[in-house]
Amino acid sequence: MASEQRYLLKVEDLVLYFQTRRGLVQAVDHVDFHLGENRAVVIIGESGCGKTSLTRAIMRLLPRNVGRFEGRVYLDGEDIMLLDDEEFRTKIRWNKITWVPQAAMNALNPVIRVGEQVAEPLILHRKMSKAEALDRARELFQYVGVPEAFLTRYPFELSGGMRQRVAIAMALITDPRLIVLDEPTSALDVLTQANIYNVLKKIKWELGASYILITHDVATASELADDVAVMYAGQIVEMSDAESFFKEPLHPYARLLMASVPRLHGDEELEFIPGQPPSLLNPPKGCRFADRCPLAFAKCQEEPPMFRVDGRMVKCWLFEDQGEVVIREETPAVAGD
Amino acid sequence: MTLTAPVATPATAAQQPPLLSVRNLRVWYALRKWGFGLAGYVRAVDDVSFDLPRGEAIAVVGESGCGKSSLMRAILGLVRPHSGQILFEGQDIWAGGREGMRRYRMQVGYVQQDPYGALPPFMSVRRILEEPLILAGIKDRKERLERIIRVLEEVKMSPPEDFLNKFPHMLSGGQQQRVVIARAIIRDPKLLVADEPVSMLDASVRVEILKLLRQIQEEHNLAVIYITHDLSTVRYFSERIFVMYAGKLIEKASVKDILESPRHPYTKALLAAIPEPDAENAKHLREVPPGEPPSLVNPPSGCRFHPRCPEILRGLCEVKEPPEVEVGPAHLTSCWLYAEERPSRTA
Repeated sequence: MASEQRYLLKVEDLVLYFQTRRGLVQAVDHVDFHLGENRAVVIIGESGCGKTSLTRAIMRLLPRNVGRFEGRVYLDGEDIMLLDDEEFRTKIRWNKITWVPQAAMNALNPVIRVGEQVAEPLILHRKMSKAEALDRARELFQYVGVPEAFLTRYPFELSGGMRQRVAIAMALITDPRLIVLDEPTSALDVLTQANIYNVLKKIKWELGASYILITHDVATASELADDVAVMYAGQIVEMSDAESFFKEPLHPYARLLMASVPRLHGDEELEFIPGQPPSLLNPPKGCRFADRCPLAFAKCQEEPPMFRVDGRMVKCWLFEDQGEVVIREETPAVAGD
Repeated sequence: MTLTAPVATPATAAQQPPLLSVRNLRVWYALRKWGFGLAGYVRAVDDVSFDLPRGEAIAVVGESGCGKSSLMRAILGLVRPHSGQILFEGQDIWAGGREGMRRYRMQVGYVQQDPYGALPPFMSVRRILEEPLILAGIKDRKERLERIIRVLEEVKMSPPEDFLNKFPHMLSGGQQQRVVIARAIIRDPKLLVADEPVSMLDASVRVEILKLLRQIQEEHNLAVIYITHDLSTVRYFSERIFVMYAGKLIEKASVKDILESPRHPYTKALLAAIPEPDAENAKHLREVPPGEPPSLVNPPSGCRFHPRCPEILRGLCEVKEPPEVEVGPAHLTSCWLYAEERPSRTA
């Protein structure tokens, strides 16, 4: 990896396993990716592939049954995995990285007025007075398209789209370096969805925000993506710039996923991927997609390394001849539980 | 039977009435003040008419809160319409009393949106599928088992013996939805109502389930009402699309016409809002009409889309409700833009 290049976020060898009665669940298994300043990376994957666990690992919002949690996460060059929980809470979470959780519309506190909820991070993290914080919240409401009068309303008085905008305002209020969006529109109608993406684009262009967008929807992924990472069974199997990815994905899984997207026009036959993703309790030794892959061959019984092909990265033996292996430096174990 | 004669009486509709005929249907929910005293109505479905011939698949497309679920519930006989009629093979579904409704429901299958919520967690697949047969009065255990095995094969859960004793939580989302479909078709219905059958599933499974539904529809010559908010899946499944907005069907046409030459401004906006995977999307904003769908308690006067419409004819659209206009063969839309005679504007 070209270490001279400046990344806003660089994740190396991130591991998050959960301990269950039946064994370790390998939700995030040695994941690497990076994100440039004022860019958006989209992580595409089906449910259960570990994409939400990945964001939780980055935000360090972990459940109690963590089995193994290690790796390096550099934010502005600083390894934030080395911080202890208290430092992480005060310096990073909601200061530098904010989060719009999945179904954010239902994540708002039902008994607190939405304006106060949005203003709260400023009061807590920036020690602002309530009046100042509310003024800032008012500005942001305007910016994301929520009428000012809604400041004093309760979440149940707002429509789904409005609540989503409120959640976005809350994520913007501390001028973060990075916003993690976990399926920001999965519960919304198409018109509302288009509206929300317009707001997110505006924030990116005008305020210079960077995003990690988690989604299972390839079509909406293209609304925001500069880079695309495809996740399958706890691992990133392809990482490409958006332009090349949407033209032609490399990994067989990504190709099938793309062919399964219903389109409004054209006559291509829709395809589906037979079978199911493997259990993350005991994932197969070799390539995790091999069982469902139409192009699998003998070598797929071994785990493929990341190959670099024309500046893109793909974890598949098919590219052995065309690409060079990406070698990751050994990781010193840190922050294990 | 064409769309152009939606109000033909069943008697005159020649030899065979359409399988299902919805006439001026209104589903209104009463709003009560302090528990009694009428305070108004939620007009969830307001004056909807259409015919559905045997073996045809139609899609009702609209955003949440547009009344599509109320329309579906009325067709299933779960809510009593405020006014209007639902005729099944020429018979009003509410005319036959309890027994009539029971017989009607025997011929209708229902595929729910959330397969996990729709399957009782404490019943095995076998019991789930056996229940509709018991209710249908099939007393012979062996016959019931045979039919269960046949239907499981039909939804491609093979070998069926492996699934008989499983409980819903042991199945994947796609398999659960297959069980829901199996349950819906096990009594050989003539009509299938599918409420967002794939919206809860992963992208890779979605296509598989849509293809399965299509295959079942063709093999059994089923009439299907496919309710969805997702226009992009519609063309893989149905022949005609009805676009619903604020309780009204505002455009009715073939899938091809809707996708290639949408006429109503709302339909156009809906189509423009749907992304296709293309890196260009990230470079520009999408055109979206402002605002949100209106309240159905006090819907806007005139055309219900007028407050958001980019092509509004001032002085007309907000005053008078638009007529249903035929803009092409079997292509109807309720919009003043296409009306030949417009009343003079008031403002």
